[in-house]
Amino acid sequence: MPDYNFAYLDEQTKRMIRRAILKGVAIPGYQVPFASREMPMPYGWGTGGVQVSAACLVPEDRLKVIDQGADDTTNAVSIRKFFEKTAGIDTTEHTGEATVIQTRHRIPEEPLTDDQILVYQVPIPEPLRFLEPRETETRKMHALEEYGLMHVKLYEDIARHGHIATSYAYPVKVEGRYVMDPSPIPKFDNPKLESAAIQLFGAGREQRIYAIPPYTRVVSLDFEDHPFVATKADHACDLCGAEHSYLDEVIIDDAGGRMFVCSDTDFCASRQAQGHRGRLSPGEDAA
Amino acid sequence: MTPLLSVRNIRKSYGARIGCADVSFDLYPGEVMGIVGESGSGKSTLLNALAGHLEPDCGEVLFDTRAEGLRDTLTMSEPERRMLSRTDWAFVHQNPRDGLRMGVSAGGNVGERLMAVGARHYGDIRESATDWLGRVEIAADRIDDRPRAFSGGMQQRLQIARNLVTGPRLVFMDEPTGGLDVSVQARLLDLLRGLVREMGLSAIIVTHDLAVVRLLADRLMVMKSGRVVESGLTDQVLDDPQHAYTQLLVSSVLQV
Ligand SMILES: Nc1ncnc2c1ncn2[C@@H]1O[C@H](COP(=O)(O)OP(=O)(O)O)[C@@H](O)[C@H]1O
Ligand SMILES: [Mg+2]
Ligand SMILES: [Zn+2]
Repeated sequence: MPDYNFAYLDEQTKRMIRRAILKGVAIPGYQVPFASREMPMPYGWGTGGVQVSAACLVPEDRLKVIDQGADDTTNAVSIRKFFEKTAGIDTTEHTGEATVIQTRHRIPEEPLTDDQILVYQVPIPEPLRFLEPRETETRKMHALEEYGLMHVKLYEDIARHGHIATSYAYPVKVEGRYVMDPSPIPKFDNPKLESAAIQLFGAGREQRIYAIPPYTRVVSLDFEDHPFVATKADHACDLCGAEHSYLDEVIIDDAGGRMFVCSDTDFCASRQAQGHRGRLSPGEDAA
Repeated sequence: MTPLLSVRNIRKSYGARIGCADVSFDLYPGEVMGIVGESGSGKSTLLNALAGHLEPDCGEVLFDTRAEGLRDTLTMSEPERRMLSRTDWAFVHQNPRDGLRMGVSAGGNVGERLMAVGARHYGDIRESATDWLGRVEIAADRIDDRPRAFSGGMQQRLQIARNLVTGPRLVFMDEPTGGLDVSVQARLLDLLRGLVREMGLSAIIVTHDLAVVRLLADRLMVMKSGRVVESGLTDQVLDDPQHAYTQLLVSSVLQV
């Protein structure tokens, strides 16, 4: 069996990544360039998040990995296994028990605490990329706080759809300064970006790290006459009855039957274990 | 009276080749200055040096700023200069593709400058955009179309609307009618003349087309090989050219 350095990366690389993380924490929302390393998994599988997690983990940590809110997808399972093997750390599926959580596309429903770190896998870190492909120009826009273009994007949304249709990767302004892409989380999760936990964002292919320190002000961009709304499907969870959690729509039979379930599987399971029931919970009104 | 723009000894070389040299002039509020000369005479180089797109080798470009009066825009900080470019200054490119966002709707193109200076009310932005599209004779129902779907003349009119929406105090234009069919040119010229009069615009217009300056410019500078060889009131220069090169220019246009 090969002998890995703790959490796969060598100590020098981890120090380099930690320096980038510290700089990111010092300048909330600012994209810090870092020398992304080859990881034993393809881009798009969260190599940026994995490197950030590797640089944060200590032997006492308990890691949770979620993908679209679920702990059991291929991506989540393989990243969890990767760290079990290379760092020998404990893992968990329970949000409340984890000290480090790596995520793709969701923020857990259970409020995080100030002794937790949330690590995001980020595909495209640059929120201005959509309208301005030149990197030299977007850097200048950030440096000079020229963010009018971000509103042009929202304007286009309203012009085309009658409302702001952007529902993922909804741009935010961090601590009144940097405009940031929160990674493709649903905009329902945007209010949770103001958190007690440290939030770290890693983009592997694009070689950027950025951060939101605990209790930082994070404002979703909008217009006065089209204010930001953190929307979700207008249903309760069919399994646990939760009314304020983000829901996935699931097709349950060939006849087009559907159900809505919490996308956060741990949240849903915990509620069911506590006795909460939904419309389609087995053994009750689903007879 | 303080000039709006005071240009002193501007020079810009490309290696050993002179782009423009020893150019000085004053532009007063409400004035339109035409810069004419054949292709390669240094008109675009000069205009870009004045507008901050090219860094000249030497000289001063003093602008009468709202806050502090005359200031050399070449020694301003970059943020200050960029702020000027999206508030008090405007630049109309010859090729509308260089001055428009082709992937953004007409309304978004016009609204961008408003949003850049802090407009955050969608309804108000849209109203201004609609108003400006009307002023450049683009039908209101094209507001959500992208410029790609527009003819060349419409694209150029859209570029003008996008530039004028914030009420700039100085407009730079590089061959605004270039590349358009003659009939389309005439309509655009008419429109520009109307806007210049109605808004009391101060502008510097570069063109090789003497008909354009005849219609729009109060004063003229004639350039040859990077230098100004003659300047004066438009009618004077065109009707009674003094410099041999200007005489040649004027006579060649008469033949067309
Ligand atoms: N980027 C450049 N590099 C080198 N030479 C240039 C460049 N741009 C313009 N020139 C030269 O500078 C002179 C003036 O060009 P330009 O300002 O484009 O003239 P105009 O706009 O009057 O046609 C020409 O000799 C031209 O070849
Ligand atoms: Mg030119
Ligand atoms: Zn549930």
